[in-house]
Amino acid sequence: MIEVRNLTRYYGEFAALTDVSFKVTEGQVIGLLGRNGAGKSTTLKILAGLIPPSSGTVTVDGIDMVAEPHRLRSRIGYLPEDPPVYEDMTVTSFVRHIGRMKGMSASEVDARLPEVLATAALGGRENQVIGTLSHGYRKRVGIAQAVIANPRLVILDEPTSGLDPVQIRDMRKVIRDLAKGRVVMVSSHILREVEQTCDWLLVLRDGKLVAQGTEEALTADQNRKMQIVVRGDANTLVEWLTKHPAVEDAVTRPMSDGTTSAVVTLRADAREQLAADLIAAGFGLRELRGAGDALEEVFLGLASGKAGAA
Amino acid sequence: MYTFTVARRDLGAYLHGYAGYVILSAALFITGLLFQVRGLGAGAQYSHDILETFFENCGGLVMITSILLTMRSLAEERQMGTDVLLFTSPASDLQVVLGKYLAALGVLTIMLALTVYMPALIFVNGKVSPAHIATGYLGLFALGSATIAIGIASSSLFKSQLPAGILAAVVVVTMLLGWMLSDKTDAPFTDVLAYVAYWDKHFTTFQEGRLHVRDLVYYGSITFIGLLFATKVQEGRRWA
Repeated sequence: MIEVRNLTRYYGEFAALTDVSFKVTEGQVIGLLGRNGAGKSTTLKILAGLIPPSSGTVTVDGIDMVAEPHRLRSRIGYLPEDPPVYEDMTVTSFVRHIGRMKGMSASEVDARLPEVLATAALGGRENQVIGTLSHGYRKRVGIAQAVIANPRLVILDEPTSGLDPVQIRDMRKVIRDLAKGRVVMVSSHILREVEQTCDWLLVLRDGKLVAQGTEEALTADQNRKMQIVVRGDANTLVEWLTKHPAVEDAVTRPMSDGTTSAVVTLRADAREQLAADLIAAGFGLRELRGAGDALEEVFLGLASGKAGAA
Repeated sequence: MYTFTVARRDLGAYLHGYAGYVILSAALFITGLLFQVRGLGAGAQYSHDILETFFENCGGLVMITSILLTMRSLAEERQMGTDVLLFTSPASDLQVVLGKYLAALGVLTIMLALTVYMPALIFVNGKVSPAHIATGYLGLFALGSATIAIGIASSSLFKSQLPAGILAAVVVVTMLLGWMLSDKTDAPFTDVLAYVAYWDKHFTTFQEGRLHVRDLVYYGSITFIGLLFATKVQEGRRWA
């Protein structure tokens, strides 16, 4: 339903985005990952209709963004990192105003308003002046304005930034609810957030799409990496590990308490087998766990260009 | 439809906040004060002279009020980040600019309507032509329209209200001084500067109760150019 083909954007001579293509269908929350300057904001701005691509196409339900930007803007909801709100208006009057600005009739806006306020969890704040709301509630107002026109694509730039843990938990639910019947695209630096809310991930590096897929697919390789801590000599351990058929690579480090720590890369996901064999071989197994945050490892690898997961 | 949606929102912003009321109250207070000092309380005068003085006072305040009202219009949207709402809306840039223009014009109209009691007071002890009053108000409206357009054009260039207001004031004052500058230059600049004279050449006729189409065309042209300029700046920013 949303198709991006060979999207390229130049700022002068600088290529902020190069040949990015992806396709997403409704009902999905898409996570856009990448370091600062990777091209996330440029992608979101093009999708939101704020700037045109230098080349390439974006189509939403078959409507071309470049050819018919005015027509497409009513089908896209956009919430930047800082929610754009008129502080002197009440929540209801503001959302109603945005609905009208998206081309809805007054009766259409009134009919949709209760559902939107419920989706954004703004119950009880309808008549409050926005300037008196907390940052978390302003984000919710921002979401309400983004979805009032029932858009096919909702773009949320860092939707959980500046929120407290309770608000973050609530926001996750709001984002999941938004995806019903539409595509939600989320940009975030917080990998845990992306992990918990997104169905499909797009990883950008230097303006190029370097990986895409589900979190499980992107982190599959990481399940082959594990960290172990055993009671025993480092040399003995590394000798044993290199002879083990399931081990591809191992790096050991003696610890001050007489134990040895090792980061082990397996040929396949054979974690249970390795644990059993270690104990059988007489190593005192103290610890066995995944080698760090799987998604973080993938992200850091992809973002720095040092690894090629997925 | 978008034009009126923007106009309604901006009109609400002027009237829901204190800024609009402060500007209106100050303008009305000063107009009333000047009317007493230079008009009714300035000794025996012909009624039409009092009316001309009233329009002269009002003209100055219309220009100041228009600049104060419009310096925030587009600059504040940029400053607060709410221009994103305009740029991601299906509304065209022209519709947005027209909406902002209509809102400021609406506030100015309210202000002018609240001054009507002053010319009416002249009827207590004197007599003036209603057509003179109507022509004078038409001139104030035209002058306000042009100044609002200049203010919006200036506001489109900045992210902050203050430089927007200063630039608009510089443009208006430069045009006001056109008649002075025209005396100091040679042809063809003399004629050009004399024509663009914002007040001397074009407003004094309204002030005296004379209606010339050329003056309406002049203020209409300034309005058109100002709004077109603001629209083009907005278009450039949207697709920057």
